[in-house]
Amino acid sequence: MDPMAAIKQTFFQECEEQLAELEAGLLAMEGGDSDSETVNAVFRAVHSIKGGAGAFSLDDLVRFAHVFETALDHVRAGRLAATPDVLKIKLRAADVLADLVRAARDGTTVDEARCKSLADELRALDPNGGEEKEDDLSTLNFQPVVVRFEGLDDDDDDDAEDEDTAAPIVVPSAGARLYNIHFRPRPSLYAKANETALLFRDLKDLGKIKVKCDASGLPLLTELDPEGAYLGWQIELLTDRDEDAIRDVFEFVAWDCDLEIKDADEAEADAPMNDASESADVDQQVAALLELVRASAADEPAETAAPAKSGGKKKSKPAVAAPSAAPKEEPPPMAEVVPLPAKQTAQPASAKAAAAADDLKAAPTIRVDLDRVDRLINLVGELVINQAMLSQRVLEAGLARASAVAMGLDELEQLTREIQDSVMAIRAQPVKSVFQRMPRLVREIAAMTGKSVRLVTDGEGTEVDKTVIERLTDPLTHMIRNAIDHGVESPEKRIAAGKAEEGLVRLSAQHRSGRIVIEVSDDGAGINRPRVKEIAVEKGLIAADAVLSDEETDNLIFLPGFSTAQEVSDISGRGVGMDVVKRSIQALGGRIAISSRPGQGSTFTMSLPLTLAVLDGMVVTVAQQTLVVPLTAIVETLQPKATDVHGMGGNARVISIRNKFTPLIDVGRELSYRNTPADPLASVALLVETEGGGRSALLVDAIQGQRQVVIKSLEANYRHVHGIAAATILGDGRVALIVDVDAVVANSHAEADAQDNALAAVG
Amino acid sequence: MSEPGIERMNGRELMAFRIGAQEFCVDIMAVREIRGFAPATPLPQSPAFVRGVINLRGAVLPIIDLSARLGFPPAEPTARHVIMVVQVGKQTVGLLVDAVSDILTVGAESIQPTPDVASEMTKNFVRGVLAIDGRMISLIALDNVLPAMESEAAA
Repeated sequence: MDPMAAIKQTFFQECEEQLAELEAGLLAMEGGDSDSETVNAVFRAVHSIKGGAGAFSLDDLVRFAHVFETALDHVRAGRLAATPDVLKIKLRAADVLADLVRAARDGTTVDEARCKSLADELRALDPNGGEEKEDDLSTLNFQPVVVRFEGLDDDDDDDAEDEDTAAPIVVPSAGARLYNIHFRPRPSLYAKANETALLFRDLKDLGKIKVKCDASGLPLLTELDPEGAYLGWQIELLTDRDEDAIRDVFEFVAWDCDLEIKDADEAEADAPMNDASESADVDQQVAALLELVRASAADEPAETAAPAKSGGKKKSKPAVAAPSAAPKEEPPPMAEVVPLPAKQTAQPASAKAAAAADDLKAAPTIRVDLDRVDRLINLVGELVINQAMLSQRVLEAGLARASAVAMGLDELEQLTREIQDSVMAIRAQPVKSVFQRMPRLVREIAAMTGKSVRLVTDGEGTEVDKTVIERLTDPLTHMIRNAIDHGVESPEKRIAAGKAEEGLVRLSAQHRSGRIVIEVSDDGAGINRPRVKEIAVEKGLIAADAVLSDEETDNLIFLPGFSTAQEVSDISGRGVGMDVVKRSIQALGGRIAISSRPGQGSTFTMSLPLTLAVLDGMVVTVAQQTLVVPLTAIVETLQPKATDVHGMGGNARVISIRNKFTPLIDVGRELSYRNTPADPLASVALLVETEGGGRSALLVDAIQGQRQVVIKSLEANYRHVHGIAAATILGDGRVALIVDVDAVVANSHAEADAQDNALAAVG
Repeated sequence: MSEPGIERMNGRELMAFRIGAQEFCVDIMAVREIRGFAPATPLPQSPAFVRGVINLRGAVLPIIDLSARLGFPPAEPTARHVIMVVQVGKQTVGLLVDAVSDILTVGAESIQPTPDVASEMTKNFVRGVLAIDGRMISLIALDNVLPAMESEAAA
């Protein structure tokens, strides 16, 4: 990948994070959080996106982000109250911004009209009557420019003269004001590749400037961190522009510096004096520095430590270098290891801002290729198996359990388990990333259906395997859609029913006995059971006279081809029903259940494994082979009795379980491990539930036990094998196959059909 | 072998192995490792030449009985048999052979075209033959062994 594309990719990744933060912040504000840090975080998110987008010349994005940012700035500055209405517009603006980011990333286009209307809405929020100055954009200048140091580094006296040649000077009008700007960059400013000289040049465009460097924070060379930032600048700017124009110049570095802009009238009292003393300081400091350099060149480095402490003002020899040398030596290329106390006390004002910045960086993360993590997981899995084998061999070798070797192995076992858990945890992510997408969905669907809905999420921090998270989005989206479209009633109906006008959809996640349980509930009308039954009969899914319990009726909605919407709406009625949801949940090794109370709403509960890398299985023996049957499919196990097993013609047999006849499937024959039918009386039957909700009994020779197994792909090095879901490695190091229960059951039906057809053809 | 100096100049390194009385070879770059035979877990509904799968450091590795694949009687593996772990495209596969015999460095010109007498089956996999020290060694193209396996198995 060429470096630019790589940077761009990083930018888009960061955009996603910023967008998430933006939405979270706006939602927090909607929830009544008016903390300035939240407001700032929101502003910062949009700001960063704008900055990055500008660097990549993503003009549409920049334009919208700018309008958005301006609107947010009004809130930040307290010019605009964060009322619910305002926040609603901002949330929608956040959605559009997300669209724009994705469009820029994928090279697609966005709904221009929507962007424009929202941009207009945002402008309308402007308390100054919506006069958004278009030319504000002109301050966004990301073009690479040749830096002319001469203009800035020259002595103060030459400044004006130099400017004349450097750029068309803006002649300050009579109404020009004098501003004193105190500007002190932090190391992060330089780390982000900003250049102070460029800022000064931009300032120069505003009017007449005088720049003085404040090098009082400059440590001695021995203590200088090459990447630190020690210099500050006092800038006097005579301009007819207002303070905002000046702030615009510092727009992109505002978070990485201490900036103070004062109207000279107010600042007059101290600023000029500072100027004088500081330039003198510079002389002294530079002199001290030079002397030190000379000293260290001549003497042992250790000796320089002593004068370094006392350095500074005492040792003021006549300056050898011009004072202007100091500003030239911008610290970033060469500066500090230990933060200097002097520097810290010098910037008490920045402490809070710095703390805020620390908050943002609270949890440092790294991006790692999933492949690498998976390789690690594989290796650790192998380590666990190897360790188990080793333990077994040691025992077999007749070593006592209390022997040093056996005890060492026990410790190793604990260690390997811990490593396994930790490695698995790398793949685990909070469900937040999925939950975060839902507020937007709720807003959109609520708007489309004309319903008023509030989404409450809970347990966003619950962690689950990344793959589970990825595959959770679709079913969850669908369920939320359903909850709003079918569950929550229209405002009128709700009021008539004595409920709050605003519907409530709850989305929660929690860990429960080694699985993650996700609930989607609404406080709507609940499942309309008579209607559900009616439709099921209409569509031929159940017999007209079928007697169903409430629970059974509710479960009808999971049947393929079922849709209860009176008319097919473009929200839920997309040809995918709850059967698809159920299937995708099952594909993840999970289960889904409904509970519904008429008039009070419905709750869908999904229970999913925490990881797809391991599976709870029942280890069984079939024709001398060891197989694993996923525990999620098994309803119960039983020992068939002679009186329960009945032949059904051909090789087909059924087993009677509590007076219900269930097909008996001989796994050994189904997987062609043997040709002779197994003796049911010497076997064990596993009652399993399949995808369609049907039940079958799988006949296996014996049950070895239950175990958590690590899932290994067969397809990676071979291909899919019908009837086998995957493979795993058992404690003895051998490969065992995991049975695909659905496929085995479906296959047995197909075979029976084929047999029937063959017989029919003969007859 | 006899003139290593010359052969290495433009030579190609091949790994020779035995199946029954015959000798074959594959490009050594495809060979990842060689390990002793371990009993494989049989795979249902697979062709006879797929002996099953084994655990290769956490990965599930299919074992191809090359003898059966080339139309010879299926191998009856003993502890002396070896599995050549080879890379074919993105997949890693184990080939069950009787023994690994040699590493050859040969020039492209010493590979002769497959004689017509060979069976159809052998023709599909044998890319050429080498005459070395009076022995005949058939060069096997791995990429041809496996896709055929896949389509046949899928049928």
